[in-house]
Amino acid sequence: MSTQNNIRSAQRGTTEAPWVRYTLTGIALVFMFLFLVLPLAAVFTEALRKGWDAYAEALREPDAWSAIRLTFLTALVAVPLNLVFGVAAAWCIAKYEFKGKSFLTTLIDLPFSVSPVVAGLIYVLVFGAQGWFGPWLAEHDIKIVFAVPGIILATIFVTFPFIARELIPLMQAQGNDEEQAAQVLGATGWQTFWYVTLPNIQWGLIYGVILCNARAMGEFGAVSVVSGHIRGQTNTMPLHVEILYNEYQSVAAFAVASLLALLALVTLAIKSMAEWRMERELKALAELPPERPTPALGATAGSAH
Amino acid sequence: MSIQIRNVNKHFGSFQALRDVNLDIASGELLALLGPSGCGKTTLLRIIAGLETPDTGSIHFSGEDTTDLHVRERNVGFVFQHYALFRHMSVFENVAFGLRVKPRGERPSEAQIKQKVTDLLKLVQLDWLADRYPSQLSGGQRQRIALARALAVEPQVLLLDEPFGALDAKVRKELRRWLRRLHDELHVTSIFVTHDQEEALEVADRVVLMNKGVVEQCGSPQDVWDHPASPFVYGFLGDVNLFHGRAHEGLLHLDGVAIHTPEHAGAQNAQAFAYVRPHDLDVQRYTPGASGIVAKLSRAIVVGPIARLELLPVENNHPAGHDPLIEAQIPALQFRELGFKEGETLVVSPRKARVFLQPQAS
Amino acid sequence: MNTSTLPAIIPRDARPRRAARRVLPGFKLTLGFTVFYLCLIVLIPLSALVFRTFTLTWPQFWEAVTGPRVLASYRLTFGASFIAASVNVVFGLLVAWVLVRYRFPGKKIVDALVDLPFALPTAVAGISLTALLAGNGWIGALLEPHGIQLAFNPNGIVIALIFIGLPFVVRTVQPVLEDAEKELEEAATCLGATRWQTFSRVIFPSIAPALLTGFAMAFARAVGEYGSVIFIAGNMPMISEITPLIIISKLEQYDYAGATAVATVMLVISFALLLVINGLQSWQRKRSAGNSQ
Repeated sequence: MSTQNNIRSAQRGTTEAPWVRYTLTGIALVFMFLFLVLPLAAVFTEALRKGWDAYAEALREPDAWSAIRLTFLTALVAVPLNLVFGVAAAWCIAKYEFKGKSFLTTLIDLPFSVSPVVAGLIYVLVFGAQGWFGPWLAEHDIKIVFAVPGIILATIFVTFPFIARELIPLMQAQGNDEEQAAQVLGATGWQTFWYVTLPNIQWGLIYGVILCNARAMGEFGAVSVVSGHIRGQTNTMPLHVEILYNEYQSVAAFAVASLLALLALVTLAIKSMAEWRMERELKALAELPPERPTPALGATAGSAH
Repeated sequence: MSIQIRNVNKHFGSFQALRDVNLDIASGELLALLGPSGCGKTTLLRIIAGLETPDTGSIHFSGEDTTDLHVRERNVGFVFQHYALFRHMSVFENVAFGLRVKPRGERPSEAQIKQKVTDLLKLVQLDWLADRYPSQLSGGQRQRIALARALAVEPQVLLLDEPFGALDAKVRKELRRWLRRLHDELHVTSIFVTHDQEEALEVADRVVLMNKGVVEQCGSPQDVWDHPASPFVYGFLGDVNLFHGRAHEGLLHLDGVAIHTPEHAGAQNAQAFAYVRPHDLDVQRYTPGASGIVAKLSRAIVVGPIARLELLPVENNHPAGHDPLIEAQIPALQFRELGFKEGETLVVSPRKARVFLQPQAS
Repeated sequence: MNTSTLPAIIPRDARPRRAARRVLPGFKLTLGFTVFYLCLIVLIPLSALVFRTFTLTWPQFWEAVTGPRVLASYRLTFGASFIAASVNVVFGLLVAWVLVRYRFPGKKIVDALVDLPFALPTAVAGISLTALLAGNGWIGALLEPHGIQLAFNPNGIVIALIFIGLPFVVRTVQPVLEDAEKELEEAATCLGATRWQTFSRVIFPSIAPALLTGFAMAFARAVGEYGSVIFIAGNMPMISEITPLIIISKLEQYDYAGATAVATVMLVISFALLLVINGLQSWQRKRSAGNSQ
């Protein structure tokens, strides 16, 4: 009897008293509400402050459109390039052992700890008028800084780690066995990657791409330094928001911002789904195979295993 | 396809996994690489496959040097310990994979692939699972699919890495028999790695015992059991008792008994030890003056046809760290007839023993 | 079988060692491309910064990085980041605990929402926080009559930095809490510990490395943050001007040398933080590997 009491109180002992639970949950939810939900709601409230017409008007403005176009163009170039890099880096780091691997991994993590302003600055120092290639570029009338190429480069710098950092632990957890099996069966490197590795990393890839895209479209600090803020030409959506806001065109600013906020929500949704799929696969990986076939598949009579 | 392994050495960092390994494997034979964990058997298997490269030495398939050939070109089949089935492909696609990735010129037609895969699935008796995915299969089923997949490309050599390690005992026994029958049907040169001696002795044509990167003995199961070549082999296969004593001119003196060891006729008061199987021990009630080791019966386990007796010698002259417990086996019938009780003093004498001299420190 | 072509069995390794060959192809290709990309995008531009810095004489450099305005910005940036990261540690732990241990309706949505600061562009966060906290915003209107001003001063900066740093702590602590062994807590309770004792002596030490890592990551991010801060900061020199803004204003005045100098200081601190974070992460991994034995 006393053992039973001990067990019961042990179980009770691993959760807090109900009032503690409710209070902690309450505080956490209030905190989340204040810091996350309110700002999100504020974007839409301010955008619609003067009604739907003003909202639509703000988005139809030509400068807003060129900002939207430029943002999409930047993402369209940066994300695929970073995708190729991410896959190559993950393959290299996850599948082989070599000296300097941890240095490489640290280098890939670098943009996460560098301030976006510094990120933009370094490209100005290389390609700007006073930069290393400045005179050469001026001679050949190629504009990188204060033009679209500079924006794309700075965006690439800030966003390239996302896909790599997502794939590296995933591929490391999945191991090399399936790829080695494919090699023994006669597959070439490309066949192995395409038929064996790619399906296994698909959800990690989607997760990484969606985060990379969100950051690429939303990058502000680095692009701000590199772009020159030329209205209608070198303004991405975040920069356009800044300009509108500084001109006290509040509704227009929040209207454009609301598009970005919607993008963020879509990103979160896709991200959750991809995460859930990845977790499921990793869990299945860790489990030992059952000794009996799973019943859901109508085990017909037939040979015993 | 016969295999010749010559002078293979392999290091992993500072750890030497294989030491001067030489082996000849006949075409069509089923060979077991047996040994404790870390003895190098899996490393050797992977070197034969081409998944690892030896530091020195060479591998030959039917006389041709394949050491520098990539695994893809060796035409071997490999069954991984954890199956390594392609988890996003159905069972059918898994088995068909090797055929699908052949270069265009050699690739069979879709109909041929379908036929071949169906035949293989029938061979492993799992044709009804063709549309399932690996996660929906049991361990034993996955193992057989992995085997079918390896056989699809008609390999010259089949290599299996601890094929039954991850399965429970009953499934393991069934699959063991099944593998032997499959081999008898296909006659592909096959090598499998195991740490389970029962498995190796039951299934293989020949057994290679390995320890710490070295081949200790190579022979038929009967051979290695009856004539173990080294203390390691003797101790690894089956239960064994170890006695310490001194050998002098053809006689080994243990506590209370002398054993004839004609092979050590020249020994001069040398330290030696004897290996005795539990069923080679004669157990009698103690009478003063009886020849044999005097021991107390500490435990008797009489389940089934054999009585397993655990005895502790009364005089403990064994070196430190050595477990003095003696294990003897006598038929349960005999045990009941003689009426031994736990705590009784008995006398134990070996009928047969294998004696090794302590290697001289040079 | 032609045995005459086989090498004789020789007792010692007479053949020279051969280099290990990799089974999976693509090593050179992927390593080459990775290194190439990193050089192009990261190493060359970063080295431009380093080289540019070296064109300054030491007195020039020192003057640029220790001017009074710059010093004030360091105090502000690091001070605000420290406060924000500390707040995030407390509330981040709370949120992670609630998400892992308790059940409540809408938990999945709350879990997904934690990543909002990752997904939301910093400029959008900046203007919406400003709208909220300014005198005429929802929160500002409530607090300003009481004399609490949260916008256009360092307070606003701290709030913005709390916003962007929250996911770091939560996402670092969550997996550790999820993997924590319930049995340890049960054992402590059987031995007579109160719930608080169990938390402070058993649970907290096991998540301390993760908390520290989360703190360092939130801190590192906050130090470099620009977009969400400049709208709400007020940007008054000596009072509410953050270091990244100083770099930008120097650039706008074509003081490349000054901008580079300050940027180098920030970069060095970023590197240091990166090393600290890596160290903390491997400590955390070692700890959790030991626990799972």
